[in-house]
Amino acid sequence: MATIYIDNKPYEVKDGNNLLHACLSLGFNVPYFCWHPAMHSVGACRQCAVKQFKDEKDTRGRIVMSCMTPASDGTRISIDDPEVKAFRASIIEWFMTNHPHDCPVCDEGGECHLQDMTQMTGHVYRRFRFKKRTYNNQYLGPFLTHEMNRCIQCYRCVRFYRDYAGGRDFDVFASHNHVYFGRHEDGVLQNEFSGNLVEVCPTGVFDDKTFNKHYTRKWDLQTAPSICVHCGVGCNTIPGERYGRLRRIRNRYNGEVNRYFLCDRGRYGYEFVNSDRRIRRPLLRPTPHDGDSSGGESTVAGEEALRHIADLLYFGAGVIGIGSPRASLEANFALRSLVGPEHFYSGTSDTDSRLVAMIIDILSKGPARSPSLLEVESADAVFVLGEDVTNTAPVLALALRRSARQKPMEAARKQHIPCWDDAATRNAIQDAKGPFYIAAPYSTRLEDLSAHSYHAAPDDLARLGFAVAHELNKALPYVEGLPEQVRSLAGSIAGALKDAQRPLIVSGTGCGSEAVIQAAADIAWALSNGGRRADLCFTAPECNSLGLGLMGGHSLDGAFRAVQEGAADTVIILENDLYRRADEGAVNNFLGRVKHAVIIDHLTTPTSHKAEAALPAAAFAEADGTLVNSEGRAQRFYQVFVPEGGIQESWRWLRDIMITTRRAYAREWENPDAVMAALAEALPVFKQIQDIAPPAGFRIAGMKIPRQHQRYSGRTAMFADITVFEPRPPKDPDSPLSFTMEGYQGRPPSPLIPRFWSPGWNSVQAVNKFQSEVGGPLHGGDPGKRLLEPAEVKEIPFFKAIPGAFVSRKGEWLFIPVYHLFGSEEMSILSPGIAELSPRPYLGLNLEEANNLQVSAGEEIEVNVNGAVYQLPVRHVPGLPAGVAGLPAGLPGVHKATLPAWGSLSKTSGMVEVV
Amino acid sequence: MNSIVIPLVIIAGVLLALTTISAGLIWLERRLLALWQDRYGPNRVGPFGLLQVLADMIKIFSKEDWIPPFADKPVFVLAPAIIMITVFMAFTVIPFTPGIQVVDLNIGLLFFLAMSALGVYSVVLAGWASNSKYALLGGMRAAAQMVSYEVFMGLSLMGVVMLAGSFNIRDIVEAQRGLWFCIPQFPGLVIFFIAGVAETHRLPFDLPEAENELVAGFHAEYSGIKFGMFFVGEYLGMTLISALITTLFFGGWLGPVLPPVVWFLLKTFIFICLFILLRASYPRPRFDQLMALGWKVMLPAALLNLAVTGGILLAAG
Amino acid sequence: MFSLIRTAWDIFLHAFRRRVTIQYPEVKSYIPPRWRGRIILSRDPDGGERCVACYLCAAACPVDCIALQAAEDEYGRRYPAFFRINFSRCIFCGYCEEACPTYAIQLTPDYEMCEYTRQPLVYEKEDLLIDGTGKYHDYNYYKVAGLTIKDKGKGEAGNEAPPVDVRSLMP
Repeated sequence: MATIYIDNKPYEVKDGNNLLHACLSLGFNVPYFCWHPAMHSVGACRQCAVKQFKDEKDTRGRIVMSCMTPASDGTRISIDDPEVKAFRASIIEWFMTNHPHDCPVCDEGGECHLQDMTQMTGHVYRRFRFKKRTYNNQYLGPFLTHEMNRCIQCYRCVRFYRDYAGGRDFDVFASHNHVYFGRHEDGVLQNEFSGNLVEVCPTGVFDDKTFNKHYTRKWDLQTAPSICVHCGVGCNTIPGERYGRLRRIRNRYNGEVNRYFLCDRGRYGYEFVNSDRRIRRPLLRPTPHDGDSSGGESTVAGEEALRHIADLLYFGAGVIGIGSPRASLEANFALRSLVGPEHFYSGTSDTDSRLVAMIIDILSKGPARSPSLLEVESADAVFVLGEDVTNTAPVLALALRRSARQKPMEAARKQHIPCWDDAATRNAIQDAKGPFYIAAPYSTRLEDLSAHSYHAAPDDLARLGFAVAHELNKALPYVEGLPEQVRSLAGSIAGALKDAQRPLIVSGTGCGSEAVIQAAADIAWALSNGGRRADLCFTAPECNSLGLGLMGGHSLDGAFRAVQEGAADTVIILENDLYRRADEGAVNNFLGRVKHAVIIDHLTTPTSHKAEAALPAAAFAEADGTLVNSEGRAQRFYQVFVPEGGIQESWRWLRDIMITTRRAYAREWENPDAVMAALAEALPVFKQIQDIAPPAGFRIAGMKIPRQHQRYSGRTAMFADITVFEPRPPKDPDSPLSFTMEGYQGRPPSPLIPRFWSPGWNSVQAVNKFQSEVGGPLHGGDPGKRLLEPAEVKEIPFFKAIPGAFVSRKGEWLFIPVYHLFGSEEMSILSPGIAELSPRPYLGLNLEEANNLQVSAGEEIEVNVNGAVYQLPVRHVPGLPAGVAGLPAGLPGVHKATLPAWGSLSKTSGMVEVV
Repeated sequence: MNSIVIPLVIIAGVLLALTTISAGLIWLERRLLALWQDRYGPNRVGPFGLLQVLADMIKIFSKEDWIPPFADKPVFVLAPAIIMITVFMAFTVIPFTPGIQVVDLNIGLLFFLAMSALGVYSVVLAGWASNSKYALLGGMRAAAQMVSYEVFMGLSLMGVVMLAGSFNIRDIVEAQRGLWFCIPQFPGLVIFFIAGVAETHRLPFDLPEAENELVAGFHAEYSGIKFGMFFVGEYLGMTLISALITTLFFGGWLGPVLPPVVWFLLKTFIFICLFILLRASYPRPRFDQLMALGWKVMLPAALLNLAVTGGILLAAG
Repeated sequence: MFSLIRTAWDIFLHAFRRRVTIQYPEVKSYIPPRWRGRIILSRDPDGGERCVACYLCAAACPVDCIALQAAEDEYGRRYPAFFRINFSRCIFCGYCEEACPTYAIQLTPDYEMCEYTRQPLVYEKEDLLIDGTGKYHDYNYYKVAGLTIKDKGKGEAGNEAPPVDVRSLMP
């Protein structure tokens, strides 16, 4: 700890930080632009000036930039000194000389850091009489607007885009006061994290284009803490609603998870909530079993649908329930309670169920720990095994970009450059690469960081992993028949991991291979054998894969079998499109055989079209619930708004079915807390789940926490076109949040923060006021509870079965899934912007293979895999090994479910079997 | 036959006339107040706004007859009736002309005093039965105020009784053929007038219903026709006091040229106008000031008046 | 005592004074142009809607009786897709006019807008938008803003230099 004096008062601050960091952490309002808590200082904007004094006798002092001055013991500064205040005011006056008269038509208005800082420094009147500089704007894709006139040249955007997120297609151009931030030409920004420019830019140069289509000011958005549902990382988000439509997603800081940034899928994938494909009222559809095949469907009232379903359950021979990894724990548990654990099926593909179960097993029975993203950032040696992290867990990839810098940063430390001095650190590092190794089936976006990348078929990746494990622990089996090159690679990876303080192994379900996961576990376990810490990070395929895995349940095949054998004839499907989980034929067969299918979902899907009854479920922004992310962290998301129509949470529908069918215990399920309590009682692994967030009865000074900003407008006019008598605001029995602007206005507990706002801090930068230290945990600790902790084991259960080397077959290819940030996920693709950027279905081959087949990129080829036949254009996927072909995972029109699988290709034009 | 019909006709006539007059007074008061405040007052409904009364009546009759759930229902309903009944009963002893009087009681004046004393119950019970803070405070104020002012109200009239030598009101009027009692009994007149204002809780002594502190005091919970009865009761009381002043101090129907009934109505009308002028002129005193005035000034003054009158009468033999 | 009588007398004399009441609606009093009456949305001198849907009026409204939704035309000009004022809630405080950065929302001297029910007091954009400039004749927001709209490109607004050539290295 160091003692610094601010305006002659002593304060205790942490060592090794800069003054700006210290002042903001202490709660002082020091204006800044170029500094960003995640990107640190470059000292470019000169806005954070303070006056520093030599000692207590020094009365003259000198103006220094607080972001570039270390907060060392005994530092004496003044923030309120008149001279330095005038200095800051003049700086902002310079910034504003070219700033256009745009605030009313600027999307940033009302949450603009520049507005806040202008207010803070007190600049009010424009004295500059000369002409304003202007720029032409660029088209930057469907996600971002570009309005360069507003730029104040703080350089945050390039620093984020290039230095932090590893983008290459965005830069700073021109010279002197013509500096321009953009692309070399109009075009879509290629980086997966480009959406963060909206929050990184202190003013309105980059704004959210999808939000602009239904623009609302920040203060008019009804917001609640939520969790992203588009991958397994579980980023914390703040969705905003107005007039019954979800308007946007903003990042919600969680010091242990996503911290300051989101990926574009998470930020822009929200539009499915407003989609035309939503089921908004209960639907009943006569089934062929009723002798009526007209297929006409009718919307009915909730009670009628419930009665109908109750009849089905009563007269049915056997009822099974199919859960979903994209439904909350509450919903899955409610279904499990309704049908009974023995009739509960997890509803994931066989591969996924197996892999997730294995991951849970590895994390809970072995000594390796699943790290939070914060811990990932501080890993100093990384081995990514078999995972395209950028496309399956994007924010994890962003964290890995930080960890790749850890080792090279030592060079800067040796030169006594503080880690917050960003420009100097980068200069010291230059292009040095850390011990960052990637072994993946095809070339991935992180390879610019890697010291070495290796591409091979899944089995070969696993063999590399086992070889590394063998190098680390000679007691583990030796991998026979490994090429010398690969063996030496294994040696160098093992060496790097052994040398590291915090080695990290990243793997996941991406390859669909158990061996890969086992190999990753073996490496981590071998590393942690000596009692040292080794982190093992797995990606999960969906937002609640791990939660569902922890709940257990049979695989989908089991469900098919149960119906096949006549053990059941009625099925309740929860938020699941079975066609994404298994082969089309198998699902058709299954749905054809069941007498009655009931679906509870928020979207119409191919599965819901075949269901006899469909109940409208609430999407994530309309429901409360809990999800378990790939770290094993259970996180609570809250209802943002009350949807129109007959929509309610899935667990409520299931509870209502239970009540209608007279399962009396469900009557006590009045809110998610009660469901959670029942879950914790039924399954001890979820014991901690009730401690994630305050219960529904929680109040601060007798008050709820308002979802609406205190400046929320239009309450007496919003619905006045329908009725002039204002309806009373909806009640929320489920949480300590309320659907009004009345309530506790102070800082709520961290799991309940509905928005980051503080007086004078209207922009996202207000997060400083919610953290116990800038960049540290939120006040009261970061939300979420880890359900999986490593076990204290005497005997590590190493995996010893090493698969044989991959052998390419003649006339056959191993089809593996290729992941796409935009497109591989079921719901986000309903956002028009994401649909625009998602690839069309294709067949991926490496160049050599394509040449061998005499097909060029774009040429159509017939693909025959798992009994399905597709006509797909060929596309070069760099890095794909010989004998392996890629199919884009999850894209509409391609079935991912049973990949990897062997299949054949045939050129359509020649009708000749190509060998 | 006549001995039955004529009183019935008189009773019916008096009742009709009084209700009409008191209703008309609502219009009159609003017009007069406006006149003295540089306004017009009601002037839209009918000629000179005269039908305003009718409009108000339609409104008040068609209003929801609301009894608060927390009220003491029977008492709540009874209270407004009491004030109407007592005031009407008091009117029975007023001789409008030599021929028009409901009943010629030889204890007429005492009957009037008795009736006005009973009137207190109306206000007190209304305040009590409403079961709300403001109404209760209003009722308590009314009880204290009316009980205090009743004391010297009776005493102030004793001079008149001594001069006339009778409690019979008709006799008192006849006794004024030479000289109206307003001259010899001027202090009595003033005291009675002030006591009368307080008894009818008219401004400036309307503390029981002081709207700026007690909302509407004892009738805060009343609406519709029950409120209307309190309202009309107040105007009836005002008319009653004016009629009594006319009778006891200004020679009742006595007067030259014009028929007796005209004289009576004219004199009463002037005093009613005086009541309204008081309302237009004076602010409301504090409650302690009101009580102090009653007990410390008016009561001694009334006693002194009584003593002096008695003394003079004794001395004069 | 005397003053009491004097008071009553003075009040009595008021019976002969001039009436202050104005006999509305036969007689109408003078309403100053800056009276805060019925709210309108004005147009700029070129006939375009002045309102840019910035939401500041809604935010300023103490009774929250203004609701609107922003939209953008194909050239980037902003306008309200709908603009609703619930006059049954409006207190005519004029804060919306004060907050308006484009002089779009203005209060007028018209106050005769009574209805027997509240529903007709909900005014939509069609009811609010007038064809004139209202009290402020010359102001045209887009002539000073940096945003491009139809017929106004970058650098063509007041006090703006032509757009920078990013490829130029000239000082």
